[in-house]
Amino acid sequence: MESLYAITTGVLSACGLYLILRGRTFPVVVGLTLLSYAVNLFLFSMGGLTTHGAAIVDGKAAYADPLPQALVLTAIVIGFAMTAFAVILAMRARGDMGNDHVDGGRNRDDREENRR
Amino acid sequence: MSPHLIVLPVVLPLIAGVLLLRTRHGNPRNKRWLGVGATLALVVVSAMLVDRAAGGEIAYYALGDWQPPFGIVLVLDRLSALMVLLTSVLALGCVIFACGGDDEQGSNFHGLFQLQLMGINGAFLTGDLFNLFVFFEVLLLASYALLLHGGGRSRTQAAVHYVVLNLAGSSLFLIAVGTLYGATGTLNMADMAARIGELPAERSGLVTAGALLLLVVFGLKAAILPLYFWLPRAYAAAPAPVAALFAIMTKVGIYAILRVYSLIFGEQAGSLAALQQPWVWWLALATLAVATLGVLAARDLRLLVAYLVLVSVGTLLAGVGMGTVEATSSLLYYLVHSTLVTGGLFLLAEMIGLQRGKAGTRIVRGRPLTQGGALAMLFLAGAVAVAGLPPLSGAIGKALLLDAATPEQQPWLWPLLLISGLGAIIALSRAGSTLFWRSQKGERDGEPLPRQQWIGVTLLMATSPLLVALAGPVSDYTQAAAEQLANPDAMVRTLLSDAGDAS
Repeated sequence: MESLYAITTGVLSACGLYLILRGRTFPVVVGLTLLSYAVNLFLFSMGGLTTHGAAIVDGKAAYADPLPQALVLTAIVIGFAMTAFAVILAMRARGDMGNDHVDGGRNRDDREENRR
Repeated sequence: MSPHLIVLPVVLPLIAGVLLLRTRHGNPRNKRWLGVGATLALVVVSAMLVDRAAGGEIAYYALGDWQPPFGIVLVLDRLSALMVLLTSVLALGCVIFACGGDDEQGSNFHGLFQLQLMGINGAFLTGDLFNLFVFFEVLLLASYALLLHGGGRSRTQAAVHYVVLNLAGSSLFLIAVGTLYGATGTLNMADMAARIGELPAERSGLVTAGALLLLVVFGLKAAILPLYFWLPRAYAAAPAPVAALFAIMTKVGIYAILRVYSLIFGEQAGSLAALQQPWVWWLALATLAVATLGVLAARDLRLLVAYLVLVSVGTLLAGVGMGTVEATSSLLYYLVHSTLVTGGLFLLAEMIGLQRGKAGTRIVRGRPLTQGGALAMLFLAGAVAVAGLPPLSGAIGKALLLDAATPEQQPWLWPLLLISGLGAIIALSRAGSTLFWRSQKGERDGEPLPRQQWIGVTLLMATSPLLVALAGPVSDYTQAAAEQLANPDAMVRTLLSDAGDAS
């Protein structure tokens, strides 16, 4: 299970990083989302992976570390808010600059338009 | 003194922010009074906190009465009190300036401004790595919206880079925090400091990876060399009061580096002690060199000030990299000076731009300024202070830093710091003579600037002579703060005494 978990996290972050380095805002936003999923999985695994562990410490049974779960919950909430903001910002950039390039109008058509 | 005073710098802006969000379509007068009043109250609260911390006591506030190391704590020592006071003084100047009309360019300026203050103060006060992340996110989300305040093409363009870069940075921050938690089993900084010396050797690699990843994140916030390219454009595009408040944001990164690496990776960390030192020192010097080139190359006054912020970042981080108590003390003095003065210069650049019509802040010939005389005097004062010429505070800050360098560090620091000062003098005198003297013959038709803008900018500029007049007490305080920072034991003992009794 651990190797599968590690591979999943690794593939997610690799795909996320690749997409963040693209030149258009939509892939960048998807990349940020994938990366935040990878980060959440990574955080979750940091207390050690336990199967059939109780989520609540009751003193008897084997339990899963509750702290990473609390952290992941916070990180998910913040991550969603941030992704929503990035989506809106990308739409606004599309409207303000007339294209969806992250640098805003560095393509040839646009330059020709400026010259005219 | 009430024990709840420590939590007030976080709660007060939160309440004010929520109230301002409720009245976001209301009368601008009410919003302005509420925004300025809340910031003024924050100055009073943080001055009381400095007074309390000056005695050397380390106080903590356990939220929900969950005692450390299990709960979330806010920690007050000399350093964090100083940073909170600095934030609130800077914010007071910015918010008064914004009342001159900048706040009505978009909706909700004052509410977002208060929420950003909450994030900054929280980041300075927190004693817990994960909460540092949370407060970073609070201040970042507010700063994203503030950067876009008023709208416009250049702001959107700068904001896309700024937001994407910071979101990626946040992911790295979480990975770093997760790694450190996995290696040490705690998130409380004092607890981590206590545990890190006793870690088994096979975990030291993991801790090193986490710690250096954390340095990347803080370096991104502080805008150290390979990670600063977002800063000039974002700061030059932001509305003036926001850009001025952003002057503290790079210092949040510097504060985090100081705090985390002195507390967790101090002497007690054994083989992991001071693992950031070589990186910070050389990258800071490189930042200083490149930022000086940027200052010389800037063709816009706001861009010029943004590069001056970078110069101050390089200078401050060089002080961190020197790693002695004297260096830390002098860098704290320089930090107070550079934050307030660069903040004031951002405001001043906006005022100059408003009076020059179409030429704006570009350093080219333009119309004569209606209130040119007064603006030129303020510009002269700001330029003298930021370039580090006597008699203003920059000279004292730089002299203290130069004095603190050890003989091995001197051949690197002295020429770089002095040449960066020379570069700033050249660029600022060129900018000033173009803006104020080389004007076309024409009508002066700029309108007189609102009184609030004059008050805001004068407030921030006046701190420079004030820092000279109070140089003795201030440097005594920073010296004491640096000594406190160099002895993490006291903090560990204060925070973990209850846990020690229980076990």
